[in-house]
Amino acid sequence: MSDIASRVKAIIVDKLGVDENEVVPEASFTNDLGADSLDTVELIMEFEKEFDIQIPDDQAENIATVGQAISYIEEAK
Amino acid sequence: MQLKRVVVTGMGALTPIGNNLEAYWEGLKNGKSGCAPITYFDTEKFKTKFACELKGYNAQDFFDRKEARKLDPFAQYALVSSDEAIAHSGLDLEKVDKFRVGVVWGAGIGGLETFQNEVIGYAGGDGTPRFNPFFIPKMIADIAPGNISIKHGFMGPNYTTVSACASSANAMIDALNYIRLGHCDVIVTGGSEAAVTIAGMGGFNAMHALSTRNDSPETASRPFDATRDGFVLGEGAGALILEEYEHAKARGAKIYAEVLGGGLSSDAHHMTAPHPEGIGVVRVMENCLENAGLKPEDVDAINTHGTSTPLGDVAELKAISKVFGNHAPNININSTKSMTGHLLGAAGAIEAIASILAMEHNMVPPTINHSTVDENIDPTLNLTLNKAQKREVNVAMSNTFGFGGHNACVLFKKIG
Repeated sequence: MSDIASRVKAIIVDKLGVDENEVVPEASFTNDLGADSLDTVELIMEFEKEFDIQIPDDQAENIATVGQAISYIEEAK
Repeated sequence: MQLKRVVVTGMGALTPIGNNLEAYWEGLKNGKSGCAPITYFDTEKFKTKFACELKGYNAQDFFDRKEARKLDPFAQYALVSSDEAIAHSGLDLEKVDKFRVGVVWGAGIGGLETFQNEVIGYAGGDGTPRFNPFFIPKMIADIAPGNISIKHGFMGPNYTTVSACASSANAMIDALNYIRLGHCDVIVTGGSEAAVTIAGMGGFNAMHALSTRNDSPETASRPFDATRDGFVLGEGAGALILEEYEHAKARGAKIYAEVLGGGLSSDAHHMTAPHPEGIGVVRVMENCLENAGLKPEDVDAINTHGTSTPLGDVAELKAISKVFGNHAPNININSTKSMTGHLLGAAGAIEAIASILAMEHNMVPPTINHSTVDENIDPTLNLTLNKAQKREVNVAMSNTFGFGGHNACVLFKKIG
């Protein structure tokens, strides 16, 4: 696993209180990992902080799964 | 219309002298001090370095990590104490009409730690507003009853009363009136506060409101003592289940007390100082007696607001002498804040519980830490100094007054 992927995973485990092995690339934050709308906003903010990037709201809307978050960050870095 | 009778069928307490109802009573009757040096933050530069924190409270014992993270401590305390009260009441939540169950809560401040930490975070950044999305919903004072209703599905009236240190007394009185008027069968009421934080201690210190007896924290809260020098900040929660009498009787509930009446008034005088003649305080006790249909001589015990401040304690006792006249010396007067510290918005709730437990056990908890007589206090008053006193308590009054001049008073009566 890439460094980015493992850091993304760690944030998700921490913020959503889910088990590490649930955090698979295809897992949806809301449908699979129990996130509500505020949790999702918080996750995006944590990604911004951790990776020192800006994720505009219109792009944040397209980040719904673990895999989408990892790809977005890999591209943005 | 005939007003309904309202009774207390359950209680829960999370206090600096005991983390549940039973431990709270043990602490009260034994005159335990809940005060100690602050452990939550470095107090080196603070004038007051002590408070009545909860002891051995771990959020993880009650909430999973994700849940705890979304709850300011004041909301956690609300859930913990209300869960205890609901269990204590024996209410079968599957059988109650949840549209007729409300939650009316009191909080003087709300999520102060959340507010403080978010603002500290912002101040340390580059000016970009990176606030947590849970900041506002965690902080707002009404989120405590919001969370209680979400947990249990109670769909009746739901809000928080804010009147500083009188907040949870206001909540109880509102709850009493909703049930009296027939709008609800059951209301979960009470209050919680978690202000032992940098901002809370710093703010109250700046007002010169807190005791600075750093060499002896456990004796710092000394209501009615001539050497008292301010209140001691406390934290925690108290919860009471108020229930319509026939509803309680029909399900065979154990009844701990009847809530006979409530009184409300305002000093209309000063933001923080008590009225020198105690006009509002006299009025609130008179209101309460009238609302309860009682005479002064019916009252056996008064748990005072008694915060251990130089002005407030004397003004309250003078008001008691005025309202109760010749009967005043027969009343067991106490201040349980000598043990618990001042729980602000939760004070009215935990002190009402202390009054109800005093009736249940026929024992009035003491006003601890008294050593020096204050010449300004009428010596004929029984202030229940230093040791609990056994006596029959059939009617108990609980006073709470808040910054802003808010006065609230509640009367309870033993049933059966």
